[in-house]
Amino acid sequence: MTTLPKSTEKQLGLVIDLDTCVGCHACVVSCKGWNTENYGAPLADLDAYGADPVGTFLNRVHSYEVEPETGPAQLIHFPKSCLHCEDAPCVTVCPTGASYKRVEDGIVLVNEDQCIGCGLCAWACPYGARELDGAEKVMKKCTLCVDRIYNENLPEEDRVPACVRTCPAGARHFGDLSDPSSDVSQLVRERDGMDLMPEQGTKPANKYLPPRPKDKISVESGQGEIPQLTPVAEEAKGFVGWLDRMLDKI
Amino acid sequence: MHPAPSVILFTTLSGLGFGLLFWLGLGFPPVKGWAAFGYFTLAYLLSVGGLLASVFHLGRPERALRAFTQWRSSWLSREGVCSVAALLTMAIYGAGLVFLGQNWTILGVIGAGLSLATVFTTGMIYAQLKTVPRWNTWVTPVLFLAFSISGGSLLAGQGTVTLILLLVTAGILLFWWQIGDGAMGASGSNLGTATGLGSIGRVTQFEAPHTGRNYLLNEFAFEVGRKQAAKLRVIALVAGFAVPTVCLLLPVSVFGLGIAAVAHFIGVAASRWLFFAEAEHVTAIYYGKAGAV
Repeated sequence: MTTLPKSTEKQLGLVIDLDTCVGCHACVVSCKGWNTENYGAPLADLDAYGADPVGTFLNRVHSYEVEPETGPAQLIHFPKSCLHCEDAPCVTVCPTGASYKRVEDGIVLVNEDQCIGCGLCAWACPYGARELDGAEKVMKKCTLCVDRIYNENLPEEDRVPACVRTCPAGARHFGDLSDPSSDVSQLVRERDGMDLMPEQGTKPANKYLPPRPKDKISVESGQGEIPQLTPVAEEAKGFVGWLDRMLDKI
Repeated sequence: MHPAPSVILFTTLSGLGFGLLFWLGLGFPPVKGWAAFGYFTLAYLLSVGGLLASVFHLGRPERALRAFTQWRSSWLSREGVCSVAALLTMAIYGAGLVFLGQNWTILGVIGAGLSLATVFTTGMIYAQLKTVPRWNTWVTPVLFLAFSISGGSLLAGQGTVTLILLLVTAGILLFWWQIGDGAMGASGSNLGTATGLGSIGRVTQFEAPHTGRNYLLNEFAFEVGRKQAAKLRVIALVAGFAVPTVCLLLPVSVFGLGIAAVAHFIGVAASRWLFFAEAEHVTAIYYGKAGAV
């Protein structure tokens, strides 16, 4: 039944720190790797070495420039994957019951054996989180690494989504967003975590932490509020000092 | 949105087919025997042909039967259920007319209702999508119904009624275009809301996440031929409505009716191509397209 659960016991999700993300795409690669070798159909690459390569990815990193009214522009790297929405429109449109939201942890998943590849769930998603696989012809999406997070064959530190585990900048956090005392919930509160496209009414679980305010530097003078460094060594010593004195004498 | 030929063919053909079944179910024209056989054959070729085209749109057509299970929540599933119910009901009603010379009126009315319900569910599949502001309006299912009823009436040879219905449908189409052109702007979605960074300043795409194309761009960022939209709208109106109107006003001939039907089909197909090609999906905003800035 592709109706949404009235409530979920937990709501697992990601908190992504736009202040910290350096745009290295390591999360994209680790996601592709893990999800090609594990849960469900592999993520296909078509014409991988040809003129027009196209592939399935569950996580992609956009880069945006933001120009404030005053001051210099900022470059912000922006990873995007399924937001595991509370009111997930992708679930209710599914004609076969393949698309569903789990009651136990709020993860939105696709039962690939039931998927007819009509693509309507991808149409219903405002975030571009779902991609129809070019080879398997079934809908692929972020599983929040459901085959890692409960996997007792893995060391405990690896029981987080592959993207979170691999992020070298610590820009990705994983946890229960329905528990107000969880680390991720506290982070969202402290940093004013935000929803993407709130006007779509999807109530996404994943939150994004906005970049922290930048230091204000006066562009005109080039100096402004930041003090110039004072030279620490006026007199050269040693070999350089000797060379300096010799050159003076020439 | 990508104007997939299979979906354009499906909605155009099945819309006409179910429209004709609607009129046949109500007893217009009042045919029996071989004449009924001809009308029902045409209606079934159109509606079933359209449904078959839609199956080719699926990635896994062999699992298509599963789509009948979620009628309680999914408009696509409801469409499947309604279409089969309509086709079965009308098959029994048609068999009565063709082979027994019996007109089971109530069965025909039920079949007519189910035929319209099928067209309504098709419209709702698109109208429910908040992600495509141009479609996300109550006018969309009304437009689908108007196309179906007027096209069906043309095929059923309903004369003056057809003229009125064609005029009304053209009006609804113009109204739908009018509100659709401002829909993306009115949706309030832009790169500012999409990224949440709008409060800092003006957001523009600096670098796309990938250099090539992908499923999302193929489906949602269709921009080819949008510049021809104005011309295609004229073609849709002239072929779909003006030509059939002229044909119907001239002295009745089978040849004239044939031209009217073919022109109408071309016009509806053109408008259906625009229905997809002109529709912008909010996901395209993330790629600096659609209502991005």
